[in-house]
Amino acid sequence: MAILNKDEAQALLKKVLGFSKADECEASLTGREGGNIRYARNAVSTAGDISTLSLSISATFGKKTGTTTINEFDDASLEKAVRRAEELAQLAPEDPEYMPLPGPQTYKDSITYVPATAAVTPDTRAAAVAKSIQVAKDAKLEAAGFLENTTSFNALANSKGLFAYNTDTDVIFSITTRNQAGTGSGYAARGYNDIRKLDTYSATQVSASKANGSANAKAIEPGRYTVILEPVAAAYMMENLFRGLDARNADEGRSFMSRPGGGNRLGEQLMDDKVTIYSDPFHPELPSGTWNGEGMPLEKTSWIEKGVVKNLSYSRFWAQKKGVKPVPRPGNIIMEGGDVSLEELIRSTERGILVSRLWYIRMVDPQTLLLTGLTRDGTFYIENGVIKHPIKNFRFNESPVIMLNNVEALGKPERTISVESYRSYLVPPMKLRDFTFTSLSDAV
Amino acid sequence: MGLGALMVPGSLLAGNAIDPAEALMEGMDLARKKQLSDMALAAARAKGASYADVRIGRYLRQFIITREKRVQGISNTESFGVGIRVIANGSWGFAASNNVTEADIVKTAERAVAVAKANAKIMTEPVQLAPQKGYGDVSWKTPIEQSAFAVPVKDKVDLLLKVNDIAMQGGASFVTSAIMAVNEQKFFASTDGSYIDQDVHRIYPFFNVTKIDKASGKFETRRSLSSPVGMGYEYLTPLPDSKVAGIVTRYKSRYDILEDIKNATENVNEKIKAKSVEPGKYDLVLDPSHLWLTIHESVAHPTELDRVLGYEANYAGTSFLTLDKWKSGNFQFGSKLVNIVADKLQPGSLGAVGYDDEGVQCKEWDIIKDGILVNYQAIRDQAHIIGLKESQGCCYAQSWEDVQFQRMPNISLKPGASPLSVDDMIRDVEKGIYIVGDGSFSIDQQRYNFQFGGQLFYEIKDGKIAGMLKDVAYQANTREFWNSCTAIADKRDYRLGGAFNDGKGQPSQSNAVSHGSSTTRFNGVNVINTARKI
Repeated sequence: MAILNKDEAQALLKKVLGFSKADECEASLTGREGGNIRYARNAVSTAGDISTLSLSISATFGKKTGTTTINEFDDASLEKAVRRAEELAQLAPEDPEYMPLPGPQTYKDSITYVPATAAVTPDTRAAAVAKSIQVAKDAKLEAAGFLENTTSFNALANSKGLFAYNTDTDVIFSITTRNQAGTGSGYAARGYNDIRKLDTYSATQVSASKANGSANAKAIEPGRYTVILEPVAAAYMMENLFRGLDARNADEGRSFMSRPGGGNRLGEQLMDDKVTIYSDPFHPELPSGTWNGEGMPLEKTSWIEKGVVKNLSYSRFWAQKKGVKPVPRPGNIIMEGGDVSLEELIRSTERGILVSRLWYIRMVDPQTLLLTGLTRDGTFYIENGVIKHPIKNFRFNESPVIMLNNVEALGKPERTISVESYRSYLVPPMKLRDFTFTSLSDAV
Repeated sequence: MGLGALMVPGSLLAGNAIDPAEALMEGMDLARKKQLSDMALAAARAKGASYADVRIGRYLRQFIITREKRVQGISNTESFGVGIRVIANGSWGFAASNNVTEADIVKTAERAVAVAKANAKIMTEPVQLAPQKGYGDVSWKTPIEQSAFAVPVKDKVDLLLKVNDIAMQGGASFVTSAIMAVNEQKFFASTDGSYIDQDVHRIYPFFNVTKIDKASGKFETRRSLSSPVGMGYEYLTPLPDSKVAGIVTRYKSRYDILEDIKNATENVNEKIKAKSVEPGKYDLVLDPSHLWLTIHESVAHPTELDRVLGYEANYAGTSFLTLDKWKSGNFQFGSKLVNIVADKLQPGSLGAVGYDDEGVQCKEWDIIKDGILVNYQAIRDQAHIIGLKESQGCCYAQSWEDVQFQRMPNISLKPGASPLSVDDMIRDVEKGIYIVGDGSFSIDQQRYNFQFGGQLFYEIKDGKIAGMLKDVAYQANTREFWNSCTAIADKRDYRLGGAFNDGKGQPSQSNAVSHGSSTTRFNGVNVINTARKI
């Protein structure tokens, strides 16, 4: 059994710490159960089940730390692992940035665990996929997709008396449908803590509609256009920005958050005042754990408020060096939006482009956060408030910082996943002016 | 999907942390592996498998990462277990376990058969496996001179801190450096009668140096010109004849990290002052330290047969090189100078092994011949689709616990047949850019439209290098780009670059692969300026 309850985890970690002779010792337990199913060409290609339980022990003498991991849990193995961590610590170089372990902390219980998701079986997955394949077959399309569910727990304890525990469930689903001629392609992606919210049938219908609607696309000239990014496109576009909300990189002068001449951009108006980004472990649509890997409590934190940089994350080391309070990295990301639907955003657009999905985004220049990537799986030309026709895909070169200065309107936020990291975000569809497309792509 | 640049992928960190000395200990005895494998194969057959293979693997990994004067991390991991793949009722099944005991290996084989039988119920067409003769007892080992795992951690830490010190003394603002080493000890047995024991080594030393211009608030970086290689620690012992002289020293089969960091620190100072590129059409002269990545993305990925068939449609993508183009026999992928070969044989390459992960002896074959698409990359259950009687040996799994599937072999551009030096090539260019080192990269899901950056850009004016440029990226269509290839330097300039962690599949697996080339010229490529203001 890979999932231990709070009492079981605490008892095991207490035993481990009891073996320690180091100045400081930290032990963390991680367990994961789940499974996946992959399909292509309207048939299942691979399927697997995963069950792992692992214990990591870090022992520290002075500023020298050794870490060991183990997946055997009898007393002799546990003691041996602690001894090995201590031996490795004695051999390790001193870490000038070592921070003493934190003492006991207070955490609220998270809302990340949903029993229905934990109860998923291979049959549940197969049935969800069968529905998706049927939609594709009915629409005369070929489906390729992936469904993965995970139940996990994390527990952390240290020799200063800290103990933290969390359980989490997660399910992700993505589907690509293509027509037989290879001239149309559609996509949909979903991510939830609660599998009861996952509807593979309707998600595949969305994908099928994009596939059939995107066939026989016309080429239009690259250039600057007003675009509407659907949430799955917007989340992927902004993932590098979310990762870059860190004070150290900014203070060191190598981030878009660096201020010319030194320091960081905390307090600066960096984006349009419609942009507000925060993290909140208790958001009902996108909850997160209530502590980070060091055992620091996670609380609701504002990162960008009305376009102003309100917080950057500070590691405990960097906070001490700068004489400020540590700010843990965000456990989740929520971007506020408005009340309008995607359809209303389209209706309000005189001339623009609807982007269903973005692809292969890579950093071109970290100092301006310039990114390049492409549109795919449904790119449409909008004229006088209606979708006129599908258009060929574009390559873009654009910075999310510049993009978020050009916000025309934001729609209703939706939970979506990044198509590369599979992390979930809560972001609105966005209507943005002057988005820079630099070349055409023949890809479908 | 692509490369994780300098990120350490989670998959490579899997395994239990160990004392570095434990990596040098012998793993399970070969006779015992054979005995256990036979038990698994018999158990699979007894449950109805028509084919089975067993992979008992011990995967050792060591990563040492430093920045400036600080060791950021030392990681030593070991992962040991068995993966069993079977065909039953015409369908594949796979199961894996980290308990490599008589009782567990039999149970794992039986689980694999049960999975195959469950999958068979929704099968659309049965697996067709290309015939493969059994090799009996054979072995293969990466021809290393010194195992990276036998070198004390302290020596590596000292080397990296020396690298960092040279950069900081040279005026760098920041520097990170690392050494990654991998040893795959793989035993393969199959119902075809093969018992293959392999010992595969890879190493990747690298650094990244940053210079911040306080006046402008801008910064520039320069990454190492090293490559990940299929070698031991000897890669870090420089040899004079392994250096390529020129505007900056580049390296063949040996790497001088202390020299390269010195050059990099000078380069990064120059980059700060370099001229921002004027966008437009340029002739590009691409060094092998750069071109490997363009080959990887625009040639190697679109010729993967599983992408062509649609098996990667939901993740890595499909391919513009559809079967009809190959069947036509006249699809002009590139100019007549372009000859691309696939292999898993080149010494020092990341793809080199004796046998792939389904027991097929490795070989070399043409992918593009005189500019025409002539072949793909296939494994045993795909060979019949392109009329092959045997697999091309492209099967790989990142560990014992992952199922093996089609992964790219080394895919390389053959050097030019006529004598041509890089200097001679540059002499003919009126308006061009000479690019060294790989940088930013992005390509669409069918591999038509790409954009690449680099590490160092030099303007070429009337046959001469006119100085350094920055903010350079080029965009092209794959077929137009390769058809604009007008010159390839001869074999004296041939070098390998490579990817330590190329990702594909769901759940994603990592593969290591090399791409060789000599310096190559492409005419009239669209260059954009990437500078922005925020």
